[in-house]
Amino acid sequence: MHIIESGNVAAATGVKLARAQVIAAYPITPQTPLTEKLSEFVESGALKAEYIPVESEHSAMAVCIAASTAGTRAFTATSANGLLYMVEQLHWAVGARLPIVMCVANRGIGAPWTVWNDQQDTISQRDAGWIQIYANDHQQIIDAVIKAFRLAQTVSIPVMVCYDGYLLSHTYMPFDVPEQSKVDSFLPAFAPTHFLDPENPGNFNTVTLPDIRPGVDGEMAPGYIEIRHNLHQDLRATLDTFVEIDKAFEKEFGRGGNPLVEKYRCDDADFVAVCIGSLSYQLRDVIDIMRENDVKIGVMGVQMYRPFPDKAIVDALRGKKCAIVFEKALSYGNQGALYADIKAALYTSEKKPRIHNYILGLGGREIKTQQLLDALTASCTSPDTFEDTPRWIGLKL
Amino acid sequence: MSKNPQPLKEKHGAHPLDDLIRTDRIPHIWCSGCGIGTVFSSCLTAIKATGIPYNEFAMVSGIGCSGRAAGYIKLDSFHTTHGRAIPFASGIKMAKPDLNVIVFSGDGDLFAIGGNHFIHAARRNMDMTVICVNNLIYGMTGGQVAATTPSKAKTTTTPFGNPDAPFNLPLLAYAAGASYVARWTILHVRDLTNAINEALLKKGFSFIEVLAPCPINYGRRNKQKSLDTLKLYQEKTIIRNGADPARADIDFDRGVILGTFIDRERGTCDDLYEATCRRSED
Ligand SMILES: Cc1ncc(C[n+]2csc(CCOP(=O)(O)OP(=O)(O)O)c2C)c(N)n1
Ligand code: SF4
Ligand SMILES: [Mg+2]
Repeated sequence: MHIIESGNVAAATGVKLARAQVIAAYPITPQTPLTEKLSEFVESGALKAEYIPVESEHSAMAVCIAASTAGTRAFTATSANGLLYMVEQLHWAVGARLPIVMCVANRGIGAPWTVWNDQQDTISQRDAGWIQIYANDHQQIIDAVIKAFRLAQTVSIPVMVCYDGYLLSHTYMPFDVPEQSKVDSFLPAFAPTHFLDPENPGNFNTVTLPDIRPGVDGEMAPGYIEIRHNLHQDLRATLDTFVEIDKAFEKEFGRGGNPLVEKYRCDDADFVAVCIGSLSYQLRDVIDIMRENDVKIGVMGVQMYRPFPDKAIVDALRGKKCAIVFEKALSYGNQGALYADIKAALYTSEKKPRIHNYILGLGGREIKTQQLLDALTASCTSPDTFEDTPRWIGLKL
Repeated sequence: MSKNPQPLKEKHGAHPLDDLIRTDRIPHIWCSGCGIGTVFSSCLTAIKATGIPYNEFAMVSGIGCSGRAAGYIKLDSFHTTHGRAIPFASGIKMAKPDLNVIVFSGDGDLFAIGGNHFIHAARRNMDMTVICVNNLIYGMTGGQVAATTPSKAKTTTTPFGNPDAPFNLPLLAYAAGASYVARWTILHVRDLTNAINEALLKKGFSFIEVLAPCPINYGRRNKQKSLDTLKLYQEKTIIRNGADPARADIDFDRGVILGTFIDRERGTCDDLYEATCRRSED
């Protein structure tokens, strides 16, 4: 069934279809309508879940951690400073290997205060160990939420589903709502091997020592560094797991096929614009204009940012003249985070393309198609003479 | 909200509080019928009435519609992160003990996400004045249930009514150690202004809860127009200075107690620090 609704409602509908059992959230713009919708679903009985209107984001994640440890499907959502306020618990959820799913409606972070869109909030958490998936439109939001629950419980790692605040959270678009019965067969019930169970008591998250030591059963148990090593290995393996889950999703629902990166007119391109989020769809218009003027250019949206799909990106850029990376966030004091990651991924590849970096749209600064066209034209005209430092678009100094 | 404040000013002359308001920031964001403006002007009037030079004040707000006050006052002011007004204020007070530090913020900011700081500042009797605009809701984010929302009240996150009990704020402040605790409504402007004035002049942690309507995000869902809320404030409140804060829960069916609940002397954080940690000199 197709409906026309906001991105936040697309996310809420995905959570309902995934039959989340515990939802804990604190309001923050532009995420708020998502959790309001969920509280409505819960109170009306449309979703059989507990909704806990906690007193802060830190508590929201703490509740999700406990609910997930007790073997239930847990969900929360936030934005910007709310995400930052939960950081301690974010890292905990990963270390404890809990399959929590969280939506983040991307917003700039204070100081100074801004309620508008950029992606500094989630990009700043790229090293926490959460899986990060970015959606570019409402269909991708609802689909990504459903896939995220399956991915999270398959690999026992929490997943963030991120989408641009206001640009997607508050705009209305048509999208297909998958059938409940199909979602049920795609997403099996969460059945963890270890969970809080009074019948079968266990000690969770006890203190580790720097070295390994015998566990309660007398067997040698991993120490901190082994546990963290395994997390990293499992995260790397998640790239393949997500490709498989996306295939299963495509089989069931007829949509998918671009789980890691989504390419548009890239195959014969000499130049490839690269970015994260809805900007990649805005860039398609610019690509079309440039193609009409015989510039061989395409655009690639990075759908999964953590774990980093380095091979998929290197493959996509093989033989290209230049990659032009647009970012609504930056690793302050260095460069755009995505730009730096792509450069690192390209280091060992033969025939490296040139690579340029643009920073734009921070704090919701309007991104004009003309500005994108000008930037891409400059990059395509003189790919070899660019500096290894970001250029800023639309600055009014 | 006047589109063109200039002619009005010519007609009526300058507003008596203009010297304390950043008029360049007006029009403000508050909706018509909102109670925050009244609390704000009471606060400014009380500041004036102390006779203390303006440069000896600082105002700190958290985030919310109430928190916007810090941006409209023509004093040193801080608009902090959500929930953190009291620790910011404590930092100012520790660095500049001679300043009169005012925290002006909302019920959600001070008692949900920032609740922990409130009890600790009261416990330590930090010398500051905390004014809480209690509109029973998170106004700014669109009316979600707060720690002060009455049981059964409808909010966007409790569409069928709030199952939880709210805080009794005067009792909480008293139990945590506040030196001065009062509650008024925006209908009781004179009492409110006097209370803020008293609190500013009082040494120690002073707390004033002000009941104020949020017609847009609380009233609308609970069948209360602004005027209905003011009628409640008139008809269903009982002024009883010195009342036991344990009896101060907000129940408009039974009647809500207003007044000064607590006015007591306790060593302030500063005094006790001096007496305990700097004694080695004697
Ligand atoms: C860490 C964080 N979480 C959430 C928010 C979003 N937020 C802004 S104001 C507010 C509630 C304000 O309620 P209250 O303090 O009662 O002020 P009012 O608007 O009612 O005056 C919330 C949840 C935020 N700014 N920061
Ligand atoms: S939303 Fe409520 S609290 Fe905020 S300005 Fe409007 S009436 Fe006042
Ligand atoms: Mg409030």
